[in-house]
Amino acid sequence: MRLSCPICGERDRREFHYGGAALERPAPEAGAAAWDAYLHLRENPAGRSRELWYHESGCTAWLVVERDTVTHEIHGVTLAAGGR
Amino acid sequence: MAELIALSPAGAALPKRIGAVTLTEAPFAPMTGISPHAGEVAQVSAALEAAHGLALPGPGRMLSGAGIEVLWFGRNRWLLIGAAPGDGLAAHAALTDQSDAWVSVIVQGAAGVDVLARLVPVDLRPRAFAEGSVIRTELFHMPAAIARTGAEDLRVMCFRSMAGTLVHDLVTAAEAVAARG
Ligand SMILES: [Zn+2]
Repeated sequence: MRLSCPICGERDRREFHYGGAALERPAPEAGAAAWDAYLHLRENPAGRSRELWYHESGCTAWLVVERDTVTHEIHGVTLAAGGR
Repeated sequence: MAELIALSPAGAALPKRIGAVTLTEAPFAPMTGISPHAGEVAQVSAALEAAHGLALPGPGRMLSGAGIEVLWFGRNRWLLIGAAPGDGLAAHAALTDQSDAWVSVIVQGAAGVDVLARLVPVDLRPRAFAEGSVIRTELFHMPAAIARTGAEDLRVMCFRSMAGTLVHDLVTAAEAVAARG
């Protein structure tokens, strides 16, 4: 598997570290149910997933990767920090 | 006052010539990590240009002047080699002295890319990695920075504490390449 880092270009999987599902963080006052889901409940999709990957051996940017868990096809890679 | 003896990271292990490849340790030079404050890359670049005549290079690039090099060194990070950081930089960036933190080996010769192909998961041939290119990657599981400083010159940097392993890995790979004739 190879990922195209927006900063470094296409690199081998061994340079990256998996960082779990890419979730939207609830607002502080969102309530117990929303925070329980954010902390503990995960989808386990057979298909498209949004994941965080860390370009550990490269530029050290956190990336949001859209990946198909069945085919390992990569649909998109963006910087988790956006333009910052 | 005691006279301290300066020891280079690779010490007596280098230089070495193996087949058509030469491994040499780069001479000691002051190094400073430059991490611009949020949103202040342009100010840092201007201050660097005023003090050292070089702007901050873009991702994956390096610039060199009279005895000075500036390497892109990761997301929002650069490395100044060859001079103490000039006035004006500290106002816009976090500066860290890294002079003794790295071991730098110059891999010289056209076969240098064949040696590193055994250690690094990135294509370093000149057509993919032209002069002035820099990457952060890993070298046989060690964090590394590699720059193409000449048509047949690659500068390989690892953490100083791993100097012995770096030399061992480069020598082993170079001997394997040389054995193929
Ligand atoms: Zn990267």
